[in-house]
Amino acid sequence: MYEFDYHRASSVADALSALGKAEDGTVISGGQTLLPTMKQRLASPSDLIDIGSLDELSGISADGNGVTIGAATTHATVAGSGDVNKAIPALAALAGGIGDPHVRNLGTIGGSIANNDPAADYPAACLALGATITTNNRSISADDFFTGLFDTALENDEIVTGVTFPRADKAAYMKFANPASRYALVGVFVAKTGEGVRVAVTGAGEDGVFRVEEMESALAGDFSSAAIAGISVSSDGLNNDIHASPDYRAHLIGVMARRAVDAANG
Amino acid sequence: MSESGIGAPVRRTEDQRFVTGNGRYTDDINVAHQTYASFVLSPHAHAKIKSIDTKAAAAAPGVVAVFTGQDVADAGIGGLICGWTIHNKDGSPMQAGGHPALALDRVRYVGDHVAMVIAETLAQARAAAELVAVDYDILDSVVVTGKAKDKDAPQIHDEAPGNSVYDWAIGDKDAVDAAFKAADHVTSLDLVNNRLVPNPMEPRAAIGDFDPGTGGYTLHTTSQNPHVARLIMSAFLGLAPEHKLRVIAPDVGGGFGSKIFVYAEETLCVWAAGKIARPIKWTSSRADAFLNDAHGRDHETMAELALDKDGKMLAMRVKTVANLGAYLSTFSSAVPTYLYATLLSGQYNLPSIYCEVDAVYTNTAPVDAYRGAGRPEACYVVERLVETAARELNLDPIELRRRNFIAEFPHETPVIMTYDTGDFGASLDKALELGDYADFGKRKAASESGGKLRGIGFSTYIEACGIAPSAAVGSLGAGVGLWESAEVRVNPTGNVEVLTGSHSHGQGHETTFAQFTAARLGIPMDQVSVVHGDTDKVQFGMGTYGSRSGAVGMSAISKAVDKVIAKATKVAAHLLEASEGDIEFENGSFSVKGTDKSLAFGEVSLAAYVAHNMPEGVEPGLKEGAFYDPANFTFPAGCHICEVEIDPETGTTEIASWVAVDDFGTIINPMIVEGQVHGGIAQGVGQALTEGAVYDADTGQLLTGSFMDYCMPRADDLPSFTLGFTETVCPSNPIGVKGCGEAGAIAAPAAVINAVTDALNIKDIAMPASPATVWQAIQSSTKQAAE
Ligand SMILES: Cc1cc2nc3c(=O)[nH]c(=O)nc-3n(C[C@H](O)[C@H](O)[C@H](O)COP(=O)(O)OP(=O)(O)OC[C@H]3O[C@@H](n4cnc5c(N)ncnc54)[C@H](O)[C@@H]3O)c2cc1C
Repeated sequence: MYEFDYHRASSVADALSALGKAEDGTVISGGQTLLPTMKQRLASPSDLIDIGSLDELSGISADGNGVTIGAATTHATVAGSGDVNKAIPALAALAGGIGDPHVRNLGTIGGSIANNDPAADYPAACLALGATITTNNRSISADDFFTGLFDTALENDEIVTGVTFPRADKAAYMKFANPASRYALVGVFVAKTGEGVRVAVTGAGEDGVFRVEEMESALAGDFSSAAIAGISVSSDGLNNDIHASPDYRAHLIGVMARRAVDAANG
Repeated sequence: MSESGIGAPVRRTEDQRFVTGNGRYTDDINVAHQTYASFVLSPHAHAKIKSIDTKAAAAAPGVVAVFTGQDVADAGIGGLICGWTIHNKDGSPMQAGGHPALALDRVRYVGDHVAMVIAETLAQARAAAELVAVDYDILDSVVVTGKAKDKDAPQIHDEAPGNSVYDWAIGDKDAVDAAFKAADHVTSLDLVNNRLVPNPMEPRAAIGDFDPGTGGYTLHTTSQNPHVARLIMSAFLGLAPEHKLRVIAPDVGGGFGSKIFVYAEETLCVWAAGKIARPIKWTSSRADAFLNDAHGRDHETMAELALDKDGKMLAMRVKTVANLGAYLSTFSSAVPTYLYATLLSGQYNLPSIYCEVDAVYTNTAPVDAYRGAGRPEACYVVERLVETAARELNLDPIELRRRNFIAEFPHETPVIMTYDTGDFGASLDKALELGDYADFGKRKAASESGGKLRGIGFSTYIEACGIAPSAAVGSLGAGVGLWESAEVRVNPTGNVEVLTGSHSHGQGHETTFAQFTAARLGIPMDQVSVVHGDTDKVQFGMGTYGSRSGAVGMSAISKAVDKVIAKATKVAAHLLEASEGDIEFENGSFSVKGTDKSLAFGEVSLAAYVAHNMPEGVEPGLKEGAFYDPANFTFPAGCHICEVEIDPETGTTEIASWVAVDDFGTIINPMIVEGQVHGGIAQGVGQALTEGAVYDADTGQLLTGSFMDYCMPRADDLPSFTLGFTETVCPSNPIGVKGCGEAGAIAAPAAVINAVTDALNIKDIAMPASPATVWQAIQSSTKQAAE
């Protein structure tokens, strides 16, 4: 790790001003992605601006339409939240399946989606549920937010403040974990909301999370695993690495999607 | 049996300090005025070093010194050695290239050591290491075992044409060829034994220190055999004479073989400490451990088994290419030869065996002994062949084994081992019973009704432990003898220090050795402490590996205890005014036969030190030492049965059950033994299902360089194991123990792959049988079936 200056922000506004002043500053939330990268000397920010303990960024609120989760809310908090478990149990289960207890007690939803790791779990939930991401100066729909590998619609020095998930009639997330890292090798989030049915896939795509429209329309007519049993996903554009071939990933998308639909149907 | 007697499941006394964070590992130790070292490692698999510019690094803040290979060579420090010379088929010695601690003109694998930077702080050392400018001329590399000898493969060492380290063979080729000609059935398999990264919990570390006052050096290091490290550093590398070099291996957090060897880093910490007259500390990062801790396994093998029509085994023919990496590590050459091919007879009556081993250099990390060392590879060949033969002959794999089990002992195998004792049928029977083999069909049907494929796999393994009779290994090329030493020091007040040349790095010697000694002396266990790991305290020792500490290390203790009792008996007889022959020693008390006259052990030891009233000609004090050189290897053996359940949709393999019945001879502490079996199986399952080091075939980069990509088995990958024991007492040592440290790792891979191939009804599958690999195998076999 290289040397850096550490600032604990007192507010989002304070964090933004510290970012503005820093030569090459970056915000840190749970540090579960940023710190390992810095330890491997792959990142060397001049300044770390800590937003992980800001009250205004943490906490969960629910109303009839859905839940809003502050950006600095940890995975463990989401997993254990009564509100989330009531409104969208699949989302709580997803958060409870991220990493290990250490990671879940520090890692945050804001950090996860801002990082947009192609194998992260939350992006699938955001896209499938049609979440809205709020930042210090705007709201961005999940459809527009995840723009590619480790890439988002966030501007430089823009801070995610929260994510709003609409309530789902039915939803489930099925993750086939990479045996080594236990990130998603293929994760499929299936959701039926007031807006329709969505199927979002993480872990598999070269450009990160994506939707499978053929499955979505089949499920819109008949929300059952049988409805998508015949659909095979193309392996074009899927990741190829030592853990899985594109063909295997394509196959797993089908399996995980069917299992997710079955789970969503209870 | 008392609560802490031999055979009692005494809790490990060392665990209190380990689980409360009070262990003292090398990195916990700090020496006044200590500096920190960081190493510049090669980013290339194979390259010429055109130049190294250290100016910027030397001028960086806090930097004390920067050394390159030239500095080390100029100081006359020898290269790292391989201590076992293997001979080619034609009788000539192997072709070994040099291994400078810091590369001179060439780097040969990613992670090869190029320069050493020493600074006031670790951060400064690391920052300065990045400023060392190395100009490389990148060369072609070869990392794949089977391609090392290809015509177009790059030449890695000038001394080893065609990258051949040796071509070695054992057994009677003509007899084997004749038996194959006459055979009714031949089973053949092409097997790959995957490369593994050891990953002990504690990474390697070293602190080199030099005392200008005495001219003495001290090295704290993560070693499994500190005396051997000192011997090598003194006699071969020329760092300091033995009496001027103290090597301390304090608490060590796991080794699995990887800490047997003498590496560049600790060597350089000792040498450079003398150069700068300040202590130097180095601790490996996990990333560096992946790159340059010695790896394990990495064989490509063609194996054949000849049988007659009744399933009687006639002969075995094996051809193995063993990848030894870019340099020969300390014991590397012995692993794929004498620790491997000598076990190819397994538990079977095999009239003839012939095995050829070609060892090759590649542009990968050095490969050396890793838990089991050669024997897991042998067991894999034998047990995969046997199970496959049974399937091809339509015989129950149990039945095929029974027909061929060795039943008479001693038994001489065609590959130079003499099995002293065993009862292979007994462990098999017990395992079948514990595993409820009779009802396997029901379990398979139940799995199938849940959409899963169930398979069962056996591994009736044998291994050779207790290495080793010194003269025997000497005649096979070993540079050292493999005896062990012990000293039993009785203090005046009757408590005891046991000094051992074995080294504990997870095995629980502090418990087992104390338990054994206390039981022999009839004193409470807490009256015995075990001292190890310091060349200034323990006179000499060969260290811990190859499951030798019980059979060899504890036998030395046993001999020293005998001597203590003999002397104490003399003293007691004198004090009790009886003849020595009338003294009985039992439960810590010397008594005169047929009388109520007795003295406690502590009373006798006190008398020996007070020495006011000693028998004629007997020296004061009570302290005895012993060297024990084993008469033979020991032969732990047993039967492991693995059942797997495979999800054909995803390819995920779950281990549904595991039964292990092992014959380890006498067991001192069953709790510790069970722990060793559990850990061994976990590592074997890791090899079979999750672990595998992968280098990029083009660039030679290690693709599995962290836990993100290298999959260690986790607790939830494993079932709860069902363990059982059978016992044939080892006749060659005074305790009757055989050794238990590696059995699980040896038996497990074959059991798992036999089960997976059974479930999938296929002949073979590559390790690790990851979900992706299993799924691919299912696709191929369904495709084949369709065609
Ligand atoms: C061992 C391990 C296992 C893991 N397993 C999984 C897994 O199975 N599934 C999974 O999804 N993830 C996994 N993770 C990642 C984990 O979920 C991280 O917590 C997450 O990716 C990042 O969140 P963080 O709060 O730690 O972010 P940080 O590490 O603090 O930051 C990550 C990046 O996001 C930026 N950032 C942080 N907060 C904000 C914000 N509010 N606005 C804008 N930018 C921001 C930072 O500047 C940085 O660039 C794992 C991590 C580890 C170490």
